[in-house]
Amino acid sequence: MRRERDHLRSWRGLTHARSTWRAACVLIMPFALTLLDACSGAQQSVLDPAGPQAVRTDKLWWLFFYVCAFVFVFVMIALFLALRRASLWRDETASARGVTELPMLRPAPEKERRTTNVIVGATCVTVVILFIFLVASYSVGRSLSTRMEQNNKVTIEITGHQWWWQVRYTDSNPQNIFETANEIHIPVGVPVTVELKSQDVIHSFWVPNLAGKKDLIPGKTSILWLRADHPGTYRGQCAEYCGMQHAHMALYVVAEPREQFDAWLAHQRAPASQPTDDSQRRGQQVFLSSPCIMCHTITGTTAGAHVGPDLTHLSSRSTIAAATLPNTRGHLAGWVVDSQGVKPGNQMPPNNLSSEDLMALLDYLQSLK
Amino acid sequence: MNAESSVIEKQREQTKASANQSQHQAAAEARLDRRELDEERDRRELERTWADGRGLWAWLTSTNHKTIATRYIITAFVFFLLGGIEAMLMRVQLARAENSFLSADLYNQIFTVHGTTMMFLFAVPIMEGMGLYLVPLMVGTRNVAFPRMNAYGYFTYLFGGLLLYGGFLLHTGPDTGWFSYVPLAGPAFSPGKRVDVWAQMITFTEIAALVGAIEIIATVFKQRAPGMSLNRIPLFVWSQVVTAFMIIFAMPAVMLASGFLAMDRLVDTHIFNPGEGGDAILYQHMFWFFGHPEVYIIFIPALGFVSTIVSTFARRKVFGYTAMVLSLIATAFLGFGLWVHHMFATPLPQLGQSLFTGASMMIAIPSGIQIFCWIATLWGGKVRLKTPLIFVLGFFAIFTLGGLTGVMLASVPLDLQVHDTYFVVAHFHYVLIGGAVFPLFGAFYYWFPKWTGRMLSERAGRWNFWLMFVGFNFVFFPMHELGLKGMTRRVYTYLPEMGWGDLNLLASIGAGILAIGVVVFLANVFWARRAGEVAGDDPWHSPTLEWATSSPPADYNFVHLPTVQGGYALWEKTVDAPVVVGLKTDCREVLATNVLDAEPDHKYQLPGPSIWPLMLALATAVAFVIGIFTPWAFPVAAALAFASLAGWFFSNPNSDNRRVKMTKPRPLAGHAQAQASEGQA
Repeated sequence: MRRERDHLRSWRGLTHARSTWRAACVLIMPFALTLLDACSGAQQSVLDPAGPQAVRTDKLWWLFFYVCAFVFVFVMIALFLALRRASLWRDETASARGVTELPMLRPAPEKERRTTNVIVGATCVTVVILFIFLVASYSVGRSLSTRMEQNNKVTIEITGHQWWWQVRYTDSNPQNIFETANEIHIPVGVPVTVELKSQDVIHSFWVPNLAGKKDLIPGKTSILWLRADHPGTYRGQCAEYCGMQHAHMALYVVAEPREQFDAWLAHQRAPASQPTDDSQRRGQQVFLSSPCIMCHTITGTTAGAHVGPDLTHLSSRSTIAAATLPNTRGHLAGWVVDSQGVKPGNQMPPNNLSSEDLMALLDYLQSLK
Repeated sequence: MNAESSVIEKQREQTKASANQSQHQAAAEARLDRRELDEERDRRELERTWADGRGLWAWLTSTNHKTIATRYIITAFVFFLLGGIEAMLMRVQLARAENSFLSADLYNQIFTVHGTTMMFLFAVPIMEGMGLYLVPLMVGTRNVAFPRMNAYGYFTYLFGGLLLYGGFLLHTGPDTGWFSYVPLAGPAFSPGKRVDVWAQMITFTEIAALVGAIEIIATVFKQRAPGMSLNRIPLFVWSQVVTAFMIIFAMPAVMLASGFLAMDRLVDTHIFNPGEGGDAILYQHMFWFFGHPEVYIIFIPALGFVSTIVSTFARRKVFGYTAMVLSLIATAFLGFGLWVHHMFATPLPQLGQSLFTGASMMIAIPSGIQIFCWIATLWGGKVRLKTPLIFVLGFFAIFTLGGLTGVMLASVPLDLQVHDTYFVVAHFHYVLIGGAVFPLFGAFYYWFPKWTGRMLSERAGRWNFWLMFVGFNFVFFPMHELGLKGMTRRVYTYLPEMGWGDLNLLASIGAGILAIGVVVFLANVFWARRAGEVAGDDPWHSPTLEWATSSPPADYNFVHLPTVQGGYALWEKTVDAPVVVGLKTDCREVLATNVLDAEPDHKYQLPGPSIWPLMLALATAVAFVIGIFTPWAFPVAAALAFASLAGWFFSNPNSDNRRVKMTKPRPLAGHAQAQASEGQA
């Protein structure tokens, strides 16, 4: 009996105005809070497109979003109406009338036929919607993979490493080829071809504001093209789980006007600047005589290893450790001395340097504009 | 009970009418009289014949499908709780930016073990456990078709689970994700034994899944109650059969993938090593050829729960039985044609991709039809709003949303943006928790009285539902937005300037609410076991055969095997419905019927308790656990397996019946009389 009363109370609870209002508030809260949060910006957002591919995908998203939202609301209304229309079996009133056996309902055949028609209709609508989705999705997909005509060819080769991005600007003139890491500069409005490779495990290159992601697979080369239509700095992140520090494998794409880009290019092609004062000179000696030289390259010196990022123009980059830390003196010092504390599991060993050596080394590294 | 005695009554009257026609029939009458008088004796004898005994030995040797299925369900639920605890730990870690609650290494182990547990150790086994418990009862037989193999399946599953958690507790938990992509999971980038633990655990659980699938197919196809032709099989049983076929086609692919991975790691093959001409993408194809059907292997049994609960609590047949069955089968077929949508970001030709887009979208059609049919069932029904139905209503809301985001993910351009982000995490939790766990909890409330003889509290059930429903949406709805804001999956932390903190905090709070909901369920179970209202045989007035026996069912399920006059056996039962008589009670005899029409075909005996399944499972464990350390484990295990199988085949516990007996049932006066059901059909 008690159980039956509970059941009645909760059914009344569903229809009773005040508790319905309260229940509705609780139910809507996660959706409302999420939508509220959607108004605040984020660093790398799919819905804040800055390039033609992301723009098209964004439009496709809103088509899917509105149609799906409509379908969801429609199904929920149908379910609600079904419950409203269905007669409720109340154990309490039934047993008061002395009815204990529940008969199986046998709906009238003509009513069932009507229902069948409705279901067939709904299924047809489903098929039509899916077909529209399929065509829309396919045509957007085609336009994304068709490469754009380009006059000023910019080709960037990106190689994934655990857990940083090796960036190589190729050129028909071998003298102009140079390497950098974790920061890509591209000219605004010019399509850029990105060749994606991997040195170790599978990574995925993803800059949401510009384009969808593409996997970097060892033994294969994937091609992606990008175009930024507005100048700005766009963050990207590795999207395929690649091991312990997958969370700290990000990069920045800096889109800048053509002249600025060309200036940057010319600067990056130049070898590293030579030390200009005693401290920097000592720093260079520290670099060349310590384990640093085993992994890093600084053009114009004897350091030419390719295990870690190229440091030729380290100070021109805004972050270190694959966009994990801002490139400041303090962070750089922390990274050199104890990179494992910042990014456990990465390949760089801790360095025991005296404080004078460390300061000199920092002076030198910071001079590598 | 009424029905059974009335059947015997009817038999006697019929026999009486022609009694003096021949001496033979007079003898038959005398036999029937004796039989009626001896019903109590039959019951006692069946109890003795089918009992597993008590004590540790009986526990290790039991072959009763209910005992083994209960073990499956409880073990899988324990793994569900462990997986839930891991999820809570992850939510604590992600509640704010740059949290240091978990280290990167531990977090990676935890998310891997969470995914592996939920997919391999919880979802598939619990659905199979539900099937192994309910299918023999629903089709009206005494045990599954191969009872000893059933026991073997459980032990391999248990050993697989123990291996994973043993490794995890020894800080050797796998840390490469539940998918363990190569080369990350290969020998070069995952030294140590962590990935081996994962790969071998997969093999264990896949063996168990395959064994369970074979049990279900054989039981449903050969042991149905007379009269239960294919078009009268309950929808839950259909869903189990379809799932079983999917398991048989999907699981070998992942066993191959994990086997090749183990070979690459243990005996230096280079199947997946690009440096030696191997192919890393091949692994992804093999994994997802299993991995996507896996989702439906979890989800289709849940559709069976939904159909059962909807029709019971709407007091009417499910609208469109044929459409429902065909939708299940269509889902199963399509489920094998869309694995590539997990690999859209790999370099693949565009036309090929769009084929998989089409297939992925098509799967919305059978799902849509089923949802429409359930709504139509409720629409024309007389609804009792009990907890099982409320969980199913929750399923409608959550699953519909998850299905729609699934359609979005089928589109290549959208997938390329949100693939491997929290949008996908939100999507598949909506589909799997909404599509499988909510119906599963509904099923717990629905069948708990059958399992234990006591009702779960309805009041606690309401609390349980609302806490889980609200908590669930708090955890997973914000994740859609997080994904669109660029938060990638499988990150142990994130930088504060990313703007992901607020939604993550919201999700973590929701996880707490969800967890409280699960605790309420546990409390409800422990309370109801002792003090719940006594249920009786059929508390919900349900249509399927499991409610035609006592709660909990006796070891032998039914004193007399029932016959079936319609798709909703108990609702369409005629007053004079016959039962099967003439099965031996002094040995474990069951009736085999034919595949299409379930006409009685022959009787045969099932084996009783045996220790050999455990022995064979131990031999399997030697192969795969010791095999992590030395390949010599395999020849040793082969010898052990040979010995166990020899014991298995040469020791029939029913020692007086070494060979299977094939007896054609004789009509009416003979042993089984089930032909009468044909007349009623």
